[in-house]
Amino acid sequence: MLDHELVNQTLSVAMSTGGEFAEVFVEDKRSSSALLDDGRVEELTSGRDRGAGIRVVVGGSTGFAHTADLSESGLTSAARAAAAAARGAGQPGATIEVSAAQESRGNGVLIAPEDVAKATKVELLTVADAAARAEGGAISQVSVRYGDSRRRILVANSDGLLAEDDQVRTLFSVSCVATGDTGMQTGRESVGRTIGFELFDQTDVGEMAQQAARRAITKLSARPAPSGAMTVVVGPGGGGVLFHEACGHGLEADLVAKSASVFANRIGDQVASPLVTLIDDGTMAGEWGHFGIDDEGQPAGQNVLIEDGVLTDYMWDRLRARNESRTSSGNGRRQSYQHLPMVRMTNTYIGEGTDDPAEIVASTESGVYVAQLGGGQVNTATGDFVFGMTEAYLIENGEITAPIREGNLIGNGPEVLMGIDALGDDFAMGHPGMCGKDGQGVPVGDGTPTLRVKSLTVGGTAA
Amino acid sequence: MARAEIGEQIEVCVERVRRTEVRVHGGEVESLTEAESHGVGVRVVIDGREGTSNCGSFDSELVDALLCDARDNAGFASPDDRAGIAHPDGHPVTERARPGPGFSATSSAKKFDLALAVERQALDLDRRVRGVRAAVYGDQQVERAVVTSSGIDAEVSSARGALSTSVLINDIDGGTRTGYAAHAGFDPSDLDPEKVATLSVQRGLQLLGATSIASGRLPVVFPPRIAASLIGLVGSMLSGERVVKGRTPFGGRLGVAVADSALTLFDDPTDQRSITTSELDGEGLACRVVPLIGSGMLEGYLHDTKSARGLGVTGTGSAIRTARSSPSPGYRSLHVAAGLGDLESLIADVDDGLLILTLQGLHSGVNQVSGDFSAGVEGIRIRGGALAEPVREATLAGSIPRMLLDIARVGADVEYLPGGSSVPSMTMGAMAIGGSDPR
Repeated sequence: MLDHELVNQTLSVAMSTGGEFAEVFVEDKRSSSALLDDGRVEELTSGRDRGAGIRVVVGGSTGFAHTADLSESGLTSAARAAAAAARGAGQPGATIEVSAAQESRGNGVLIAPEDVAKATKVELLTVADAAARAEGGAISQVSVRYGDSRRRILVANSDGLLAEDDQVRTLFSVSCVATGDTGMQTGRESVGRTIGFELFDQTDVGEMAQQAARRAITKLSARPAPSGAMTVVVGPGGGGVLFHEACGHGLEADLVAKSASVFANRIGDQVASPLVTLIDDGTMAGEWGHFGIDDEGQPAGQNVLIEDGVLTDYMWDRLRARNESRTSSGNGRRQSYQHLPMVRMTNTYIGEGTDDPAEIVASTESGVYVAQLGGGQVNTATGDFVFGMTEAYLIENGEITAPIREGNLIGNGPEVLMGIDALGDDFAMGHPGMCGKDGQGVPVGDGTPTLRVKSLTVGGTAA
Repeated sequence: MARAEIGEQIEVCVERVRRTEVRVHGGEVESLTEAESHGVGVRVVIDGREGTSNCGSFDSELVDALLCDARDNAGFASPDDRAGIAHPDGHPVTERARPGPGFSATSSAKKFDLALAVERQALDLDRRVRGVRAAVYGDQQVERAVVTSSGIDAEVSSARGALSTSVLINDIDGGTRTGYAAHAGFDPSDLDPEKVATLSVQRGLQLLGATSIASGRLPVVFPPRIAASLIGLVGSMLSGERVVKGRTPFGGRLGVAVADSALTLFDDPTDQRSITTSELDGEGLACRVVPLIGSGMLEGYLHDTKSARGLGVTGTGSAIRTARSSPSPGYRSLHVAAGLGDLESLIADVDDGLLILTLQGLHSGVNQVSGDFSAGVEGIRIRGGALAEPVREATLAGSIPRMLLDIARVGADVEYLPGGSSVPSMTMGAMAIGGSDPR
């Protein structure tokens, strides 16, 4: 992507004011998307981003600059700006020699989206639109989105590292509005994987559309959600967001280092029910949060964070790992070359349990069954988190009964983790998500089997 | 424009953004980002078919490919008689002083000092403050030009900066409470570290000893910044695009009482006290005052060219966009007209209720189509018109249309907020509160 001599030269300039560490991150990203809305194909767009971000670290301070100009002069001036920003106090740096690039790993993509005709992509939209509308006259609006991206990155640093990756992601989503006597309700279904257009050999977009339409129609007869503390059963694949918020963010080493996490200084402690084993795994091929190397050049890792309820480790990026004299866990990620990397999750999941999912519901006297979770948010310092439920039902006398309207659930991370009292044997990955932190979004995956939390506060409107 | 062909409409948007971000922690600068980014977007409409393309660079190799890509994309779009770029509408532009060089002319060292001062002052204010998650200085200078084959040639620039922090405070039970505050300004000299430090610490201290609450229905009081979040949802739901596509409960309700008569709401980007003020919208048309709700009556929606055509009405100059994204209608500077009294008097008016201090998870808990919303909240119980015990881990839920009809009071304490809206304190009639306390 960039001539190695130019990489060496840029790093040398970056280190010239006495930096302890310098890094060049080059990105070339192409994306295309199409939207079918209100019965019309609209917003066909293609985008291109190309540039480099350069950072220089001195002591606890990082200087960062980026440029869309990949010429020698563009890179040199960005390197100077980053070096000046880090206010280097050390000795002028030595010449940098990056090693030969690590053998480029194939990304396993079978059908590159850029090789697929736009007409073929548009055809998927119309198939989904027709399938959703065929679910009945209650469906008043359908919106179908297709998106793909190819992101090539190169990372080189003053430790001599040089690594490249080629990341292809494909996404498809259907949102429906159903209209009835009770007003309007929505239903959604999405699939996203770190693979190419072969996604549609594995996925039937018509079935996805039916699913989204049925969710919207079902919700027309939904009653208001209850409010107050109750037992909550989360369906397979649905609970990932819960763990993402309840403890995922709190296990990010940058927040831990600032004592801005309730999980700081708790390695070796029982922080969750013994049923819980939590793993963050960037190596899961094809999953939405998968990559070959992270945005600091570290190969993706498989990291056990909680084992049988005991906290075993945090997630690390290069900077935080360096401070603790250990290696990065492959969790250094950034939204684009215009952003500094920080500790981020990849694919975060709970290992399978042994309970029969049907038995978990049957043994629940009353509560809420959440089939699909929406987004969430956490205050890592207090551990209080919320997440939305987008498809949920009441549990009455051990049976799933009436659908309920959406709403948020609120809980405290450490309390909820200890309160997990059943874990099913039906593991599934959830929906593709974008995780936001300090204004940067990155794709993340998650997964869980069916699970039950003894008590969570449901934020509904029913008394 | 030289390349526009007959029967083709073209819009080109070019943008340059310069930004600085300083993050400090533990008395040291953790990071300094100084960056300039570029964007170019091309939109082509041929026979009612729209195609777009964009790139993040002024590199001629990338820019040259855009028009061709956009034309190609248009070929796959469905014809839509609403599609089309804006035409000059002759609406007078409210002149605004061009932003001064304040942010560019200020040294990095001075910006460090502002962020460091926030952290230091927060720590000095109260010994229970054990640190900050981060203290952040940020500024952003945007220059954007929109040129169209229909004769629009518009240029707009803005500059703004902000200080913010989230403080960590030791609670009596060994836990932690947090307090967040932000302050925005048009020049570095407007930014007040003491204000940010004081507010964030106050907000955290107010929650010390907080516990959950029993579920029930209570009147709620929103201080201006919380009221602004909910009014922002109302603003989003009044997007003309949502109306055209049947995705808002406010569709088809012009002239109907949608709120208590105490509420008058309009969008006013021409108000230069708003941090998001602008003289031109994303399609290059003049920004103007857009009446939305007048004494409870629905008066209008926010439109860009396309949504206005869809409803057969005049545009409102409300297109929001970046060079990299297509325009869509939205609000810039929502304003709620002042009512009577301040926050204290609103609280004094409530016998048994809840003052809301933080909202969490609005992005996941709101359905703008159905109007239902649900959020995590922290606050202070109001008993007999006075503040009582602090509350956390509770939920607030309701329906936006219902909430507007149930507005009990609108205060006179209109506050210009860092998000650009100017909103007073408000009291809502009974809303559903969820909590884990047994009844």
